[in-house]
Amino acid sequence: MTILDSKTEAWRSGAGASAFAMTSLRFLVTVVTTYLGLLAVTFFIGRVVPIDPALAIVGDRAPAHVVERVREELGLNLPLYQQFFIYVRQALTGDFGTSVLTTNPVMTDIRRVFPATIELATVGTLIGALLGVPLGVLAAVKRGSIADQIVRIIGLIGYSVPIFWLGLLALVFFYAKLKWVAYPGRIDIVYEYSFTPVTGFYLLDAAMQRQWDVLWDLFRHIILPGSLLGYFSLAYISRMTRSFMLNELSQEYIVAARAKGLSETRIIWFHALRNAAVPLITVIALSYAGLLEGSVLTETIFSWPGLGLYITNSLQNADMNAVLGGTMIIGAVFIGINLLSDVLYHILDPRTRSR
Amino acid sequence: MSEIEMKSTTPTLREWLLSDKPESRRQARLGRLYIIWRRFSENRLAVAGLAILIGLVFVAAFADVLAPHSPVQGDLRYSRLLPPGTAGYLLGTDDQGRDILSRLLYGSRLTLLVVFLVAIIAAPVGLIVGTVSGYAGGWVDAILMRLTDIFLAFPKLVLALALVAALGPGIENAILAIAVTSWPPYARIARAETMTFRNSDYIAAVKLMGASPFRIVLFHIMPLCISSLIVRVTLDMAGIILTAAGLGFLGLGAQPPLPEWGAMIASGRRFILDQWWVAAMPGFAILIVSLGFNLLGDGLRDALDPKEAGQ
Amino acid sequence: MTPPLLDVQNLRVTYPTRTGLVEAVRSVSFTLGKERLGIVGESGSGKSQTGRAIMGLTPKQARVSADRLTFGESDLLSISGRQRRSLRGKKIAMILQDPKYSLNPVMTIGRQIVETLLTHEPISKAEARERALEMLNAVQIHEPERMFDLYPHEVSGGMGQRAMIAMMLVCGPELLIADEPTSALDVTVQLDVLGILDKLVSERGMGLIFISHDLRLVSSFCDRVVVMYAGRVVEELAASRLSEAQHPYTQGLLNCLPQINGDRHPLPTLKRQAEWAL
Repeated sequence: MTILDSKTEAWRSGAGASAFAMTSLRFLVTVVTTYLGLLAVTFFIGRVVPIDPALAIVGDRAPAHVVERVREELGLNLPLYQQFFIYVRQALTGDFGTSVLTTNPVMTDIRRVFPATIELATVGTLIGALLGVPLGVLAAVKRGSIADQIVRIIGLIGYSVPIFWLGLLALVFFYAKLKWVAYPGRIDIVYEYSFTPVTGFYLLDAAMQRQWDVLWDLFRHIILPGSLLGYFSLAYISRMTRSFMLNELSQEYIVAARAKGLSETRIIWFHALRNAAVPLITVIALSYAGLLEGSVLTETIFSWPGLGLYITNSLQNADMNAVLGGTMIIGAVFIGINLLSDVLYHILDPRTRSR
Repeated sequence: MSEIEMKSTTPTLREWLLSDKPESRRQARLGRLYIIWRRFSENRLAVAGLAILIGLVFVAAFADVLAPHSPVQGDLRYSRLLPPGTAGYLLGTDDQGRDILSRLLYGSRLTLLVVFLVAIIAAPVGLIVGTVSGYAGGWVDAILMRLTDIFLAFPKLVLALALVAALGPGIENAILAIAVTSWPPYARIARAETMTFRNSDYIAAVKLMGASPFRIVLFHIMPLCISSLIVRVTLDMAGIILTAAGLGFLGLGAQPPLPEWGAMIASGRRFILDQWWVAAMPGFAILIVSLGFNLLGDGLRDALDPKEAGQ
Repeated sequence: MTPPLLDVQNLRVTYPTRTGLVEAVRSVSFTLGKERLGIVGESGSGKSQTGRAIMGLTPKQARVSADRLTFGESDLLSISGRQRRSLRGKKIAMILQDPKYSLNPVMTIGRQIVETLLTHEPISKAEARERALEMLNAVQIHEPERMFDLYPHEVSGGMGQRAMIAMMLVCGPELLIADEPTSALDVTVQLDVLGILDKLVSERGMGLIFISHDLRLVSSFCDRVVVMYAGRVVEELAASRLSEAQHPYTQGLLNCLPQINGDRHPLPTLKRQAEWAL
């Protein structure tokens, strides 16, 4: 009795509270230093690596006065650390410079295109999770069987195949040959001007406005790239699910659960998966981040007007501001999801939750 | 009678390797390698992976002999966009009349180059950072690990892309960019291993003999980290090949007319509808090599640590 | 004549491995009524495997065979998997060694106890909660409501083991197999938990199989003792007559127990004979 009391008392009183404060502080330091690191790296790539950063931005065919002006704007005559300060300040206010190609501020361009990428990545991760988790559970439960082998092969191919190549082949097969899906792009020209996006997430917007024909068209456009990304997500998620489940199923509490007389189904889904769910949620978050990153390769194939296509177009046109701006945004979101998944893990695992 | 006695006491090679009283360090080492090899070779998929990679090295080495045509010079007049199976062009030709098979064979050299150089650059960097960090401890550890964690949190492809964009397209820059984004996991692994061994009696003994920290880390700790690193590097190779192909696809890798597989897919994209083989064939090559590395890496991991294999 | 609670004849448990078949349990036989039987042995003697084989909890690749394996009227070998499962938790229960690992980390203790009840008895959730709280009381946990909502990692070892006992006995089984129930606990806590086990087993008139490596513990707790070595039963005798042990292994174990008045020099060692493993 006293053992229990003293333990919980120590937990709830000072010891617990200050431990929580310490971890929060440590987390904050991690967040700040990681983002500073990202800014430092993009600064380095943008300003230090090129021989003449101003030329890198405007291109080598720009007239001399334009180059001079950009040089002033960038403050290239200032010492490096001062440049970095300015850079960080600009980044925090969302000023990534101006795109040479579109002459808009890069941030405006990004705000326009980013929702498309998010929408695609969301669809992909949903498919990956909804299919990947059950497949992984199946593979773990029927370890060594044909089902297990098949799931593992699916995963193995997903890890080994270049996504852009598979996308290309899928496009040829499902669009050109079978005509099951729509022309590459996000929405048909027919609807493009009659449809008003509100949130930027077209699927959501069409549903909210009850424009079902538009919704169907959007679906026909997103299904192929979404499934492609979904496949990659599935390969990763199913493999990790299988691994986590195998780990859980070999634990003693599973033996105890069987000793209680519980059915195998209940043990798999309510005991083993319940425990595996904690790291699994992190895995799903990481898969999402990975799909966002992979957008630079996949959006070109499907003419998907997202951030990936924006970056690759800017790349072809040597628009360094846009490339770096896009890199920074993807990097920031990527890091954010990573950090968030750490937090999520802590919240979900009762062992690390502070009461 | 003495002859019969002699015969029964000379061990076979296998017995010698598996003996539990090895008489030399060499024998002990070879014995261990033999056991690992036995475990590895029971896994057929792993052996297949190894075969694929040996095939890759073979093809790269003997491309001059194996390739029927030049990879960079094509017959623009008569041989443009021929389908696979045409006489003399096993996998067809591309839009510049170049034989795709020859291009793939020579392209294997580029793939191997990327794999080799990235491993040579990233693994030692990670090893050094990790072992120094793990052995030194204190604020050195804290700073190095913070640095590693920061790099670990970055999106690798996108950063490599930006770096190559700034450096200018080219295969050396692509290799550098990929290496720069690949080293953090190795540092983590090396550090974890170092911290396990740091307080062992074995290291304490070497310290007592007067070895300097430099010597301890270099000659005693690093070798212990090697096997985990090898497994991880092999497993990462598939991803590195895919990243390199991605960069090539975006035009950031080896420049034309070099037969880089990713770039070949990009240039074949225009003809994908009617001449699908121009873009399809290089992808198969990438798939096979990547698969090989994955199978090999999985097999190595299972052979070196049977617990992972679920024995 | 009523059948014994448990009748085990020629039980064998074999595992196929890469290097051939390994027999973990070789021809173990005993019968059990409403009494306490201790199974003593070192690691690898097959004592745990015997317990698990009786429960039907051996790993998938194990092959279990016996001439007879009956629990009361039921023939454990021939009944269906479903029937076997319905016996577990309800009629035959098992408690495991370390509550740190044998309790589900993401479920509260109360829910885990309620789960056993709801699996076997068609009662309401509220009633199940009541009975769970009663059971927690029975294992001498003084604030059952508080304990009900705690997670396993939030309680000490002794508390956890009590929770495990509550979880497994809540349906009122007739036979309890305790696999090293106190080996993971501190010595002082061991006595507490043993006391609780003692009380519950006596009160409910249960049969008990107590598996342990500790000969002295088993001899003080049980009526009969079975000594296992290398998968076989080498000795079976009443706990009170332990000093009359015949088999040299048992004698060796007894000799190793220090006597407070006895001469300690030279310290006796156990000299294993190859023929014990046959």
